[in-house]
Amino acid sequence: MTDLQEFRAATRAWLEENCPDEMRQPMSEVDVCWGGRNWEFKSDAQKIWLERMAGRGWTVPTWPTECGGAGLSGDEDRILKEEMARINARPPLQSFGIWMLGPALLAFGTDAQKQHFLPQIARGEVRWCQGYSEPGAGSDLASLQTKGVDCGDHFEVSGQKIWTSYADQADWIFCLVRTEPEASKHKGISFLLFDMNSPGVTTKPIQLISGASPFCETFFDAVKVPADQIVGDRGYGWTIAKYLLTHEREMIGATDSALFGSDDLVEVARDALGLDDQGRLDDPILRGRIADFLIDEIAFDAELARAKAWIRAGKQLGAESATLKYTGTELNKRRQELIMAAGGLAALEWDFADAAGDEKASLWLRSKGNSIEGGTSEVMLSILSKAVLELG
Amino acid sequence: MRLLNEEQTMIRDMAAGFLEENAPVTALRTMRDQGQDYDEKLHKDMAEMGWFGMLVDEDAGGVDMGAEAAGLVAEEMGRRLTASSYLSTAVMGATALRGTNEAVWAAKVAAGDGVIAMAIDERVKHRPNAIETRAEKSGNGFVLNGAKRFVVDGAGADRVIVTAMTDDGLGLFLVDCALAGVNARSLKTVDSRNAADLTFENVQLDGAALLALGAPAQDVLDRVLRVGRSVASAELVGVSKEVADRTVSYLKDRKQFGLTLSSFQALQHRAADLYTQIQTTEAAVAAALKAIDDGSEDAEVLSRVAKAKAGKTASLAVREALQMHGGIGMTDELDIGLFMKKARACAEYLGDGECHGEWILQQRGL
Repeated sequence: MTDLQEFRAATRAWLEENCPDEMRQPMSEVDVCWGGRNWEFKSDAQKIWLERMAGRGWTVPTWPTECGGAGLSGDEDRILKEEMARINARPPLQSFGIWMLGPALLAFGTDAQKQHFLPQIARGEVRWCQGYSEPGAGSDLASLQTKGVDCGDHFEVSGQKIWTSYADQADWIFCLVRTEPEASKHKGISFLLFDMNSPGVTTKPIQLISGASPFCETFFDAVKVPADQIVGDRGYGWTIAKYLLTHEREMIGATDSALFGSDDLVEVARDALGLDDQGRLDDPILRGRIADFLIDEIAFDAELARAKAWIRAGKQLGAESATLKYTGTELNKRRQELIMAAGGLAALEWDFADAAGDEKASLWLRSKGNSIEGGTSEVMLSILSKAVLELG
Repeated sequence: MRLLNEEQTMIRDMAAGFLEENAPVTALRTMRDQGQDYDEKLHKDMAEMGWFGMLVDEDAGGVDMGAEAAGLVAEEMGRRLTASSYLSTAVMGATALRGTNEAVWAAKVAAGDGVIAMAIDERVKHRPNAIETRAEKSGNGFVLNGAKRFVVDGAGADRVIVTAMTDDGLGLFLVDCALAGVNARSLKTVDSRNAADLTFENVQLDGAALLALGAPAQDVLDRVLRVGRSVASAELVGVSKEVADRTVSYLKDRKQFGLTLSSFQALQHRAADLYTQIQTTEAAVAAALKAIDDGSEDAEVLSRVAKAKAGKTASLAVREALQMHGGIGMTDELDIGLFMKKARACAEYLGDGECHGEWILQQRGL
């Protein structure tokens, strides 16, 4: 056996033995384990699964071992994912710390920052949120105005963020603030980390059209942030932010359908509309739209697989991540429109006051944000036209 | 985001270099203007490069490089609208011959000796299993009666591979076009290539003309179509990329209202959207070609997705190209119209988005 075959066999055996049965069931948004200081596990199985996986460094398999990871190679990581998928194992932990802050600290953090923050993320002990957008700085993120005044041993942060995902449940925030008001807009931004329990931080959830409140308004009133909690130099924040946005786009574009809702379009259509006497969906025009969708979806799967191979080969996606983000999110909006159309009147039964995250209408409404958050579709097209096509 | 290994990069670069010199868009234009539809020297030169043996076994004189390699060559042909029977002869013909162990003609294909065309379609839309052509057993051989439409490269082909129904199910026949009872009506086509409507009137075939019968014939036909539509999709990707590249260049050059067109966001976003469509299409086509070479079960569905998507994307690309070029795009002098004609023909041939979408729906139980 090659090393990889041995790794696969050992991984399979370990997962079989250690993944609780309850963690092998299909999951919806409410089953996600986010971790954090105030996290209440949904079940013993969820807790055990997180502890076992974190113990092996498999919540963040490719991170170095000293940072809480397992130091897996790209191929080993792929095998681990394949073996988890084989038994439908749920991800033990999801978090903005894993997806975003971790990669940023690995690339730009000091050794002390890596050793302090990364293992906490890997073990699910601290839940992070991202302080980027502001009421006046959406697509034009670099015009953000939250102030960070350098007071020697600390920064004093004042201002407001918006669309801060789960800020009301997060323990810490990584936050873009303007520390150099005299510099040009891209060069005056710094990247700070601070505790959401700090005096002066308040959050207010925003209720969305889907009934859910995954985002908050977040207010900072003279919040003191110790000087060693800056990542990179003063004025270097935009470089880190851009790096992270690329990660976010890859993630949003590459999110598999489980997070977008497990309602399979084909099943919904068949169940709701039925088949005619030739075994065809009893709605020829909707059927044609579904065919167009399936073609685009399978083609996009090939694009995603190619992007993963690209990353495994050690290359950066860079501006190409905008293709994934744009195509993936537009496709998901189409999927949800088609599911609603296939569901017909039955899909309209929905109670705003008591909306569950995985109902058809909730997913349909939530999907509208996909092409806005993390950079709008229009911003993605502008990135591609400038960075790839060199139009401008 | 395309990962090519060293060998693949070499194949692509060689194809690009050779075609740029020997079969650029101007060559198609010249052939059209002179009323020609076949360039024998080009065919021989390509064979010399090994291209007609890419899907032929080494024992039969081929180089056996696989569908991915054939796709790389076809994409470069699409970029230059190369007029060649490559798809008919080197891709589908060779695949049929290989699948039926017909080594004599396989060797001729690899050597560039002769054109083989595929006589499959009988209707105005691609319905390869709707076959009314009949081959009745007669002594040692068969008597062939029927008609095939739009046989690409069928005018002047040396042999056609004909699908016909027999008492024992589907038959694949290698038919000599010079036989009595074979009539070819040569067609002028929108993309300035050659095609022919063929009729078979009591054509006497000897036993050796039968390549395959029944289930094995269906397997070979399925494979021929799978490979053919995947390589045709690669050709369409080449068409899409070339017109997109030309359009992006034009946007950077052309000035109106005192600004280059590239500064208008409405056009930037359309160009960028087209770029994303081409990326996704390229990925789907590459996945189909690889699945064929890997012998993967997904090859059938991927080849259909590739053809459907490639046809749609090429259609978008040429329409956007023409519109963004404005009036000049409508002139015959500019090449955009030639790409538009090629995209229409190639999207239709071997099945369009509706044809393959229907198959996918049925496969998914809808």
